[in-house]
Amino acid sequence: MIKRATFGGLALPYALLLPQVVVTLVFFFWPAGQALLQSVLIEDAFGLKSSFAGLANFESIFSDANYLNSLRVTFVFTAASCSLSMTVALLLAAMADRIIRGAGAYKTLLIWPYAVAPALAGVLWGFMFNPTIGVVAYVLQALGIKWNFYVDGDQALFLVTLAAAWKQVSYNFIFFLAGLAAIPRSVIEAAAIDGAGPFKRFWTIVFPLLSPTTFFLLVLNVVHLFFDSFGIVHALTGGGPGGDTEILVFKVWSDGSRGTNLGSSAAQSVVLMAIVIALTVMQFRYIERRVHY
Amino acid sequence: MVENRPWLAFARHAILAAGILFICLPLWITFVASTHDESRMVKGTAPLWIGDHLVENYRAVLLKGLGEGANAPPVWPMMVNSLIVAVVIAVGKIAVSILSAFAIVYFRFPFRMGFFWMIFVTLMLPVEVRIFPTFKVVADLDMLNSYGGLTIPLIASATATFLFRQFFLTVPDELGEAARMDGAGPMRFFKDILLPLSRTNIAALFVIQFIYGWNQYLWPLIVGTDEKYYTVVMGISRMVNAVDTAPQWNLVMATAMLALVPPVLVVLVMQQLFVKGLVEAEK
Repeated sequence: MIKRATFGGLALPYALLLPQVVVTLVFFFWPAGQALLQSVLIEDAFGLKSSFAGLANFESIFSDANYLNSLRVTFVFTAASCSLSMTVALLLAAMADRIIRGAGAYKTLLIWPYAVAPALAGVLWGFMFNPTIGVVAYVLQALGIKWNFYVDGDQALFLVTLAAAWKQVSYNFIFFLAGLAAIPRSVIEAAAIDGAGPFKRFWTIVFPLLSPTTFFLLVLNVVHLFFDSFGIVHALTGGGPGGDTEILVFKVWSDGSRGTNLGSSAAQSVVLMAIVIALTVMQFRYIERRVHY
Repeated sequence: MVENRPWLAFARHAILAAGILFICLPLWITFVASTHDESRMVKGTAPLWIGDHLVENYRAVLLKGLGEGANAPPVWPMMVNSLIVAVVIAVGKIAVSILSAFAIVYFRFPFRMGFFWMIFVTLMLPVEVRIFPTFKVVADLDMLNSYGGLTIPLIASATATFLFRQFFLTVPDELGEAARMDGAGPMRFFKDILLPLSRTNIAALFVIQFIYGWNQYLWPLIVGTDEKYYTVVMGISRMVNAVDTAPQWNLVMATAMLALVPPVLVVLVMQQLFVKGLVEAEK
């Protein structure tokens, strides 16, 4: 945690910390405190006075059908996108692991979407699936599917999920590949000598040894999908049709920008912050006692 | 592999090829669309092979934008804004966090752990979560529609502080002791020993933070409402929304290519550093 040989002086360390502490206080703690404060206040009809309301704002968002729908959408979206991207990434990483010819080319062609902004991922996939001009939409319509994600809520949610998973694959691929490279070759060879085939080796040796990476990725994927997906939803569906793709982080923004209910918007922010903090703690506990074999 | 099974090797390459198709198809379709003229784009399904209007389209969006009613200025100034924002965020984050990591690792002072935890809790708290309170702070500080407002709130980064802290802990204690014996003060030690040792870490972080800065979307959308401060990633969403009235998909896709090429290029050129930075920063 700290060096044996440290430097003396009191003013200097504080001066070194100052820039980060100032930015953190002004742009993290102050706004977070404001959200917390507003979430327990209720404004009168004219927005002139506010009074303490206890947990009333939280009670009202959790009894609001729109909010509960948004929770459901977020859950479906995150679970589907997370499992799809992790499965594809693990499959590709297992295939690319220790390949000799063309390894560099495969890696390069698979990792670039990391650098694509979520909003752009939304634009790209929206274009491919555009009901009038999209290439994939054309194929789907030729197959007899009535494809129009602007009016069909399930199709919209499917497309948002797919675009998010596409963007997330490269990230997961990089980590799975690093995890696979860290597995000692001798264990796999020993299993092969004992007669275990490639599939058996994967499920009984490689997959369990990868579990720390998998768990770590699970948490990080949830964080990414919860918060970075704003751009995908905003560019692709705008939360529609009829709130069918309105994930929580999108709803905070859309409710807040309408500016009708400050308390409710603040309460939604607080719920999201609680989720992030819970995930951070999970991640930290994982770092503390990482699984060793 | 351990044993030689030709069918397995074949299956490997086949699955990888399918994966690459899934990953790269959207980019291909986008690129192809950006090389056709408008008359081809309104003819029905988007084309699959390159057309001959590449130079024309890119010149048009860079210098003129999408014209009247497109809600966005030409792409060139937006790309300059994106570059400024991305570089300021990346450099700012690195500077701010390397200094605070140095203080936390190399000094003993009251409330050291308090500061450490204060930075730690912001580790995963993205700006999207507290968007309106943060917006209000920036508005009160009169920083709306300025490069400062677009960048400074995003500069505090626990991730970078952690990476540097982790790295400093692996630097041998003997280096610090030797420096002290030779009479070097803390800042001299920082400048002449720690900074040169951190070179690869700084470069790796720069790649990651540059991408983070370039790809910002919601924050510029609400803070940079003046056309002068549009970044290209947020600008394109305005174009897509304008498309309902005048579908110029070829130009929108050319803009999309221009918006995604710089960060993708950074990743491809600095691939080694990027992978190292990503894997280490998050662990």
